[in-house]
Amino acid sequence: MIKIEKRNDVSRSIYFLTPILAIFLTLIGGGIIFYILGFSPIEALKFFFITPISDLYGLSELLVKATPLCLIAIGLSFCFKSNNWNIGAEGQLIFGGIVGGGVALLFYNHDGYYVLPIIILSGAVGGMLFAMIPAILKTYFNTNEILVSLMLVYVAKLLLDYLVVGPWSNPEGFNFPETRQFSESARMPILFDGLRIHAGIFITLITVFLSWLILYKTYLGFQIKVSGLSLKTAKYAGFKGKTMIIIVFMISGACAGLAGVGEITGPIGQLHRNISPDYGFTAIIVAFLGRLNPVGIIFASLVVALTYLGAETAQIFLQVPKYTGQVFQGMILFFLLGSDYLLFFKIKFLGLRKNEL
Amino acid sequence: MYKLFLRSLISALFMLGFSLNANAEFKVGFVYVGPTGDHGWTYQHHEGRNAVEALGIKTTYVESVPEGADAERVIRQLAQSGHDLIFTTSFGYMDPTNKVAKDFPNVKFEHATGYKREHSNVSTYSARFYEGRTLLGHMAGKMTKTNTIGYIASFPIPEVIRGINAMTLAAQKVNPDIKTKIVWVFTWYDPGKESEAAQALIDQGADIIMQHTDSTAPVQVAEKAGVWSFGQASDMQRFAPKSILTSIIDDWAPYYVERSIAARDGTWKQQDTWHGLKEGMVAMAPYNSAMGSDLVKEVEQLQKDLASGKVHSFTGPIYDQKGNILVAEGAVADDGMLAGMNVYVKGVEGDIPQ
Repeated sequence: MIKIEKRNDVSRSIYFLTPILAIFLTLIGGGIIFYILGFSPIEALKFFFITPISDLYGLSELLVKATPLCLIAIGLSFCFKSNNWNIGAEGQLIFGGIVGGGVALLFYNHDGYYVLPIIILSGAVGGMLFAMIPAILKTYFNTNEILVSLMLVYVAKLLLDYLVVGPWSNPEGFNFPETRQFSESARMPILFDGLRIHAGIFITLITVFLSWLILYKTYLGFQIKVSGLSLKTAKYAGFKGKTMIIIVFMISGACAGLAGVGEITGPIGQLHRNISPDYGFTAIIVAFLGRLNPVGIIFASLVVALTYLGAETAQIFLQVPKYTGQVFQGMILFFLLGSDYLLFFKIKFLGLRKNEL
Repeated sequence: MYKLFLRSLISALFMLGFSLNANAEFKVGFVYVGPTGDHGWTYQHHEGRNAVEALGIKTTYVESVPEGADAERVIRQLAQSGHDLIFTTSFGYMDPTNKVAKDFPNVKFEHATGYKREHSNVSTYSARFYEGRTLLGHMAGKMTKTNTIGYIASFPIPEVIRGINAMTLAAQKVNPDIKTKIVWVFTWYDPGKESEAAQALIDQGADIIMQHTDSTAPVQVAEKAGVWSFGQASDMQRFAPKSILTSIIDDWAPYYVERSIAARDGTWKQQDTWHGLKEGMVAMAPYNSAMGSDLVKEVEQLQKDLASGKVHSFTGPIYDQKGNILVAEGAVADDGMLAGMNVYVKGVEGDIPQ
């Protein structure tokens, strides 16, 4: 007979160490998968996790890939910490991209230092407004924010499709579904010649710092944490739940919108139908792997970004199927949730007692 | 000073990449937009790669590369890791391909279906799929009972509009009462949307379904509804054995082999390739005997004539929907007009989405 019991005292240091354990277990699991697929596990893991970042270009690409993941995950941590399940960051990212991209097209062939800040700001506002839809529906009409935010992803995608196919498509582009390339004034400044790492990384770092400040040093942060631990306590303490819900969604949406505008003004440089390879969904893994902690999320975004780069390198050098990258992301989450379960619950093996037979 | 240092460091790294290239064996890289098992677009490019590999040339591919920010990195990595010739097989790779080509002047790049060749080491290539559409139109015009042809279209780009027009013109030649109904699905691959579109067209009286999208869903819907259909990109016969009359096959193998050998032997030159039935880049799957041996013979003859140049898909007189003349009697449309085609010919219903 097996009995599962809740643990009373959960060690804080182990709580933050389990993500590392999960990554370690993923490496072992990944090695086994590579072995079964007929590759040398050590060599495959080397191509997966070391080769991609063994030069400057690779490191820059890692940061380019991690930047949007980190931004979105930071925003999501506000929602998740306070028990608000915003699953639609992908839609908020796309909508931020649409608004920012629209402004960039408005400023086509305009020069001036003010152009880029306006675009970035409008992208953040776009994401924020889009995230307020599920928040307001939840607070005033009692709808389920998981469903609403998820379904709005498809609304944003279809809207983007419509715009790049129709009214915003490049007039010289033979009707292909894409806009013009933005002007130079609307592009994120590149930090080093020859690399793609751009000024968006500073926005991310500032956001991380601000969110740490809000979460750990303000009354709002305290409200968020208490609501996450117990909604009843929060109510009893007299917190204004509705305002807080709307605020966390706004923060989350603004972060996703920033990520979207960072992609289109950074490495992409125009609007088309594939501005995000599902960053908004992958960021959910990043948020939990980082324990909803700003510093943890930085590391988690680097690890998850590396699984993307590694999948490409492993395919180039060993022709390992590309989808192993997704398998790795899945394994990390699986091992994290698995070790969490064992962290919060203990399993007791009891002998069969006579009266139970 | 610091910037200068970094710049020289980075260029030194690039140089290192080049010097490694010079010593290493000849390698060809492929970038695919979908998985190799999609039974459509990417599958056919992968078949082309297999033909290059069969020559004993080493090849590498990366599948499912999103057309966003990731494409540039993958193309650059292939260039950096000693690939001498790189095929980027989707329209969305156009700008990334040109960007990487600028930094790797010794590597050759081949971009499918694009129109930008900004550097002397970038070529573009595409197929005259419209020649296949002419054959489809001939069969459709003869086989339809309702005089209504259903057409599932992806994006209103010249390539797709050309296909619709070529098919309609050929169908009108054998059956003047023909009507072409179009559903735009705004995707290249979405089995759900494609099957809904096929069903909608059948409900509107179409008894022929053809597609300019890549999934096998439309032919499967046609098979179930008992109407005729045509496969796209690869031979889809086994997905709808009764319904499919033939498939237009994209055969990239001859081109990939030719260009790989040219790059290996140092005879590669920039070019814009547009090959059709003649060169074999467009091929037809076996014709379904259900259409009768007479029609099969007719279509086979037409296929020969298109390949030899005796018949051209766009021979005048051709009128637009309002009745204005596009191509004069006896003349044929030139490649420039075909490349930028953005109007329907007479007999196509509806407007091009703008």
